[in-house]
Amino acid sequence: MSILTQSGNIVVRWVYWIGELTILWWQTLSLIFTPPFKGNRFLVQAKRIGPGSFLISALVAFFVGMIIALQMAYQMVKLSAEIYIPNVVGVSLTRELAPVLTALIVAGRIGAGITAEIGSMTVTEQVDALRAFAVNPIKYLVVPRFLALIIMLPILTIFADLIGIMGGFVICVYKLSISPSMYMTMVIDSLAVKDIATGLIKTIFFGMIIAVVGCHQGLTVKGGADGVGKATTVSVVQSFIMIIITDCIFTTMFYFIFNS
Amino acid sequence: MIEIKNLSKTFDKANILNNLDLTVKTAETKVVIGRSGVGKSVLLKSIVGLMKPDSGSIKINGVEVTNLSEKAYNKVRGEIGMVFQGGALFDSLTVAENVAFVLNEFMNLDKKTVEDRVVDALAMVGLKGIESMSPSKLSGGMRKRVSLARVLCMEPQIILYDEPTSEVDPITADALNNLIIELRDKLKVTSIVVTHDMNAAFKIADSIAMFYHGHVIADGTPDEIRNTTHPVVKQFIHGEAHGPITEDENLVFGHVK
Repeated sequence: MSILTQSGNIVVRWVYWIGELTILWWQTLSLIFTPPFKGNRFLVQAKRIGPGSFLISALVAFFVGMIIALQMAYQMVKLSAEIYIPNVVGVSLTRELAPVLTALIVAGRIGAGITAEIGSMTVTEQVDALRAFAVNPIKYLVVPRFLALIIMLPILTIFADLIGIMGGFVICVYKLSISPSMYMTMVIDSLAVKDIATGLIKTIFFGMIIAVVGCHQGLTVKGGADGVGKATTVSVVQSFIMIIITDCIFTTMFYFIFNS
Repeated sequence: MIEIKNLSKTFDKANILNNLDLTVKTAETKVVIGRSGVGKSVLLKSIVGLMKPDSGSIKINGVEVTNLSEKAYNKVRGEIGMVFQGGALFDSLTVAENVAFVLNEFMNLDKKTVEDRVVDALAMVGLKGIESMSPSKLSGGMRKRVSLARVLCMEPQIILYDEPTSEVDPITADALNNLIIELRDKLKVTSIVVTHDMNAAFKIADSIAMFYHGHVIADGTPDEIRNTTHPVVKQFIHGEAHGPITEDENLVFGHVK
């Protein structure tokens, strides 16, 4: 097979995949507003995603806050500009690092779980059973996970923002001798509403990506346990790539909107 | 009544169903037999709308279903219950929640009524005291019986059974066979039963259809099938390793050396 044919096949497969994801996304959005509404399914998923992911996302955010402060100190101390480190910690965490890292953690932890769970249901005919009982699998399986992710991911990100800033606080106060009140003043002064808002808007889309990619992989599993394992890996890889690309698009968009 | 005409379904260029004709009258129990992979489960899944046939017609109580939208099909599915080969119980729900699935999804019944119907349905399949258990704790046979209880709870007009007595001990299998007969006699349930258990087939069937090469090669009463002279049917119902089926498939079974 020539390189041209192979490239063509890859492009066709990619377009097909994007098409399938878009259809699933659209069906999910429409079914959110279609009765019956079963709140308990959403609550089960929200509990799994929110409190279940809080500790690991908080831990990562705290250490990332410390790392940013230390890395900035490496250069800023030379310029005697260490007083501006809180600004960098605040802005970089709220605009970029907390939303993206939280999304990646949730994609790895929850996205993989979603694919494994729905994939197992697919190969053991449980998804067929839902359809046989006249229950729409997208309404039953995808909608609660989708809603839980787009609501819980921004909440996790808000906590990651705060805890990451506390990580920076530890370094700035105890290593760089910036007073606690000065640290907090510099962080608050440096942040505008748009910094926090743009970070949170992105996480809603990251939540959609994790839900749609994870559920799509689960619903289209072929084979048995082997297929579920492969789909889980693919789901995490696809979510990671799409989150980074979406982040790049949003960052570019926000840059031109707020700087034009 | 289920009327199937010229039904065809192809997977990877293999004709699994090839212009298959089959009629199941109201309140009849039709047993479908045949080698593994001849399309028995595909037929059941096509009837319940989980697979779309390539061509042909399926009429359920006079309604042509092959061209129905998913939404329209759901109305037909309300009258059909399917017992899946592996049970297909929902792992995230308890046994009671599985059995009450349709009641909880579609009917506004009070908690007591639902609990009573769950207990009754489980009792019909010879199970009690397992309501709070998780499906993962059940044996293969128990899973299948819970799956049947789940279907009984919805009181369907038509029940499709995919190997209902596989993995079930002989005593329970006989009790399940009696239950299938009772459902036909008392509730006039129309059934299609896919099975490899010939004793069960002869006991519960009003008629038996044998699939071979994607279509029905024999369809008759249990006595007609038992006394058939058709060599393929004879080999199958007697479970012989040598005969026209294995010759046709060039299948040679090995021996202990």
